[in-house]
Amino acid sequence: MRYVQALKIAIRSIFSNKLRSFLTMLGIIIGVTAVIALVSIGQGSTKSVTSQIQSMGSNLIMVSVMGRGSQASLTYEQAMTLKDGNYIKAVSPVISSNVTAKYGNNSVDSVMVNGVNSDYQAIRSIQVAEGRFISPMDDEGRNKVAVLGHNVATELFGFTDPVGKTIKLNGQAFTVVGVLALKGSSIAGSDDDAIFIPIKTMFYFDKNKNIRQIYIGASNPDTVEIAKNIINNHLLVVFKGDTSAFRIIDQSQILSTVNSVTTTLSLLLGGIAGISLLVGGIGIMNIMLVSVTERTREIGIRKALGAKKRDILLQFIIESLTLSGLGGILGIIAGYILAVTLGKAMNIDANPTLSTILVSFSFSVLVGLFFGVYPANKAANLNPIEALRYE
Amino acid sequence: MNSDKVLIKMRNLTKIYRIGQNEVRALDGIDLDIRKGEFVSIVGQSGSGKTTLMNIIGCLDTKTSGEYFLNGIDTSKLTDNQLADLRCSEIGFVFQNFNLLQRMTALENVELPMIYKGVPAKERRERAEMLLELVGLKDRMKHRPNELSGGQQQRVAIARALANNPRIILADEPTGNLDSKSGNEIMKIITELNERGNTVVVVTHDPNIAAQAKRIVRIKDGRILGNEVKAQ
Repeated sequence: MRYVQALKIAIRSIFSNKLRSFLTMLGIIIGVTAVIALVSIGQGSTKSVTSQIQSMGSNLIMVSVMGRGSQASLTYEQAMTLKDGNYIKAVSPVISSNVTAKYGNNSVDSVMVNGVNSDYQAIRSIQVAEGRFISPMDDEGRNKVAVLGHNVATELFGFTDPVGKTIKLNGQAFTVVGVLALKGSSIAGSDDDAIFIPIKTMFYFDKNKNIRQIYIGASNPDTVEIAKNIINNHLLVVFKGDTSAFRIIDQSQILSTVNSVTTTLSLLLGGIAGISLLVGGIGIMNIMLVSVTERTREIGIRKALGAKKRDILLQFIIESLTLSGLGGILGIIAGYILAVTLGKAMNIDANPTLSTILVSFSFSVLVGLFFGVYPANKAANLNPIEALRYE
Repeated sequence: MNSDKVLIKMRNLTKIYRIGQNEVRALDGIDLDIRKGEFVSIVGQSGSGKTTLMNIIGCLDTKTSGEYFLNGIDTSKLTDNQLADLRCSEIGFVFQNFNLLQRMTALENVELPMIYKGVPAKERRERAEMLLELVGLKDRMKHRPNELSGGQQQRVAIARALANNPRIILADEPTGNLDSKSGNEIMKIITELNERGNTVVVVTHDPNIAAQAKRIVRIKDGRILGNEVKAQ
């Protein structure tokens, strides 16, 4: 009953001074809005990066070779012995080079050309939109064929169908046999902006047979660790026990690195937003202190009429809780709208989660409680006679 | 003298204020008995200690030494909360400047002491309406203090003082802020309350107001000068 009365008094007092109450709440509103929007966008971008990494293929293992002494790289045959057909089902060494690509009068500078074998398609889960990917036959025959990433195809050919046409890479003619489906950019670089040719063709095209990068597909996601061990043991033999001659990373490692970065970022953003909540709380305390001074006489009257300390305490704490809670609700609405709007603009799913909303709301109420106690206590401890005499 | 009818009993009561190095003896050895049903006025110049005496009677302030029994209860043994309870249910205050809450209607102002006593809402509302009717403000219940004349505001304050049916009505210069016509009306209501059985204590500097009480206690420099009982 007392609580209901105190709530009524609080609401009446808040609405009797609308502008001041709104300005007081503004700090909390901005704080909650910022927390919700920033945390949601942080979570949204984490989600989108995570799904990009997962789209690289969940069985993907990447090996980079730094080399040891005179042996700075692997040969194609050394790399291909990693494929045991048991835990490791696909291996594709990659040699990359930058070229100028030309079709007719259209020319694109510094396009990445990747020499890969036919396993590459399975490892990177590549979808072919038109034609086909590089076949084992292309590789063995060192055929001068090329598969174009979606963006490269568009730039060179516009609306013409590229399959069967001839393009020139650094002046050498290649026949286009396929075009990849649009994949979107990913952490491991975008296939959309690359051209793929058979790796054995690449040996002669680039005059380079040194394998420094290998993409490997494990048989299934559960055996990625076993596959990594096998690769590790194999390469240790090749590099005579030098563990720094190569590096093996898989998707879960990239994921956890990215996750730790984005989590730190989200916490940082949330923390900054939290500070604005704190500042909002100080604003509430400030106004509550003014309000206690202004209402000294009212407090004196209430005490003379039989209000106990705790009645006055409750009245002012509930008032400050109502201010911060109302600010919190308005902040949730504003934060939700902001997060969804920004999410749409950034093309990520930034809808605030229930836990984000609940946490920021309870934090705002806690701020109201924390910063309301001091003014309320000051009001409750006023001497009734002095309070009644106050003009 | 029937002692269980003594509502207010003070023995050698003193109140000393310290202002810097100086001691001010606002009350200096007060002996006072007020029995149930009395109509007492406490008269004195400003600075005589009459307001301090009223604050102590009303449990708003505490004495420095001496004894004060309210309805047989030794007030020096009470906690702040118990004093608040006494103010709530045993004492009804009427102030010179009315002291109504400006944001509330007359009805809500009268309900206020009952809220602190924990009276249920419906009963509260009914009793507040009854009391406002009693002081002749039946058609002003929804008005706020600034929409009422001084006399009307003081009548609301009287209705509020009666809310928890207290044993004692304490009025501090109840007509001080009113013109003589409204002042007379207020004194008429207060006299009626006494006739209905309420114990009334009026503090004033105005001999004409004091003269309306049945007993006049004169106070000067914190001491009681004399006790004057009027013939019935």
